[in-house]
Amino acid sequence: MSTEIQNAAKSHAGRWEPYVDNGGTSLAIAGPDFCIIASDTRQSEGYSINTRYDSKVHQITDKVLFATSGYSADGKKLAENIKIQAEKYLDKNDKIIQAPSIAQMTSIIMYQKRFFPYYVFPILAGLDGEGKGCVFSYDPVGNMERVGFQVYGSASALIQPFLDNQVGLKHQENVDKNRTLSKQEAFDLAIDSFTSATERDIYTGDYLEIYTVDSTGIHKEVRTLKFD
Amino acid sequence: MSSSLLLSKKNSDVTENGTYKHTTSPIVTGTSVLALKYKDGVMMASDCLASYGSLARFRNVRRLQPIGTHTILGASGEISDFQFIQNQFEGLMLKEHVEDGQKLETSSIYRYLSNVMYGRRSKVDPLWNKYIVAGVEPSKNNNIFLGFVDLYGTTYQSSVMATGFGAHIALPIMRKYAEPRADSLTEEEASKILDDCMRVLYYRDARSFNKIQKAKVTAQGVEISEPYSLSTNWDFAESIIGYGS
Repeated sequence: MSTEIQNAAKSHAGRWEPYVDNGGTSLAIAGPDFCIIASDTRQSEGYSINTRYDSKVHQITDKVLFATSGYSADGKKLAENIKIQAEKYLDKNDKIIQAPSIAQMTSIIMYQKRFFPYYVFPILAGLDGEGKGCVFSYDPVGNMERVGFQVYGSASALIQPFLDNQVGLKHQENVDKNRTLSKQEAFDLAIDSFTSATERDIYTGDYLEIYTVDSTGIHKEVRTLKFD
Repeated sequence: MSSSLLLSKKNSDVTENGTYKHTTSPIVTGTSVLALKYKDGVMMASDCLASYGSLARFRNVRRLQPIGTHTILGASGEISDFQFIQNQFEGLMLKEHVEDGQKLETSSIYRYLSNVMYGRRSKVDPLWNKYIVAGVEPSKNNNIFLGFVDLYGTTYQSSVMATGFGAHIALPIMRKYAEPRADSLTEEEASKILDDCMRVLYYRDARSFNKIQKAKVTAQGVEISEPYSLSTNWDFAESIIGYGS
């Protein structure tokens, strides 16, 4: 990034805010051989709903999806940049880039803007090189962690503890810690999470896009949430 | 040549202490733009006022601009920034036509404008506008396009949209009467909904003006009306007591 832009950002600190929060929530759950990725489609600004359908999930490869939340314009630009790099990788190596490589690259792309960050909380999810479900979560400056499940966005505080309990099996007694979720169970948890979050969070609602990634490919389903 | 020109222009914006002068608030502004999709295309409306704060400064400003053959651009916010964009498009459309024999279609125009807006916000030197881009795309089976972009580079597409005060007052009306029937709405119905919305805005938005323009894009191309006025009824004002009257 040029020093010109950095100076501009510096000299205007505390003046015009170059960020907005467009709300919305994204979620991903990794299974042993599948992955569920879900996002609502409402885009808001303040108390106004801009549109009821604006996708926050972007397809990077035939096995990897990228879900965003936070500042919509940055989210779209970041997804575009990652897609460009994934395509470059294919052209150079004649091989589709795998999830852990995209994950590392995403971290680097985000850290390159450390002092003028993408105001986005991204979740990268899909199948890794061995066909196992994987979820990578980030903060806006590129901190990365591979996790089993993650929720980010305006309803993250409502859904994450629910998933900690139901997927992470936290705060449960006499539970088989080796139990894994079936595809259908994860899918249903995603839907229940969003229908409940929609009741309490005004920035989450309208439609829910749910993607299932498994060895047969990426399957998309769209459900309705509350329209209020 | 052009880069040195740009550079000298840039330098004029640098102050003595090395900081840059950027727009921190809009000066001459236009209020709401409304747009909706209907059966044969898309329709847009705005008034002809450019305000200087609360002063109705310029009362014959056209804020709906045709770009190419099947696109209209509606602007609210800083008028000088809109004129800059109009200039950019004049150059771009000419360049594309002369160099490649191309006429850009709506989604390309929208993509270009969105990238300009996001680019400027990323320099923390925004173009202080909210734009609505509407059109029909002949090469895509006459696909009807309606997109929004603002000074943050935020983008979205929808079958009804409004900027400024219209997002609070006109949008709920359009969501009720136009959105559920976007693909069956006739031209007359669409036109009436927009007129009704513009009338409500004229009653309630103190920065609005009863000289409006309406534009439509269909497969046949762009049509922008001459400025006209809406009928109003102020009888209710008799019953209002207070506020010094």
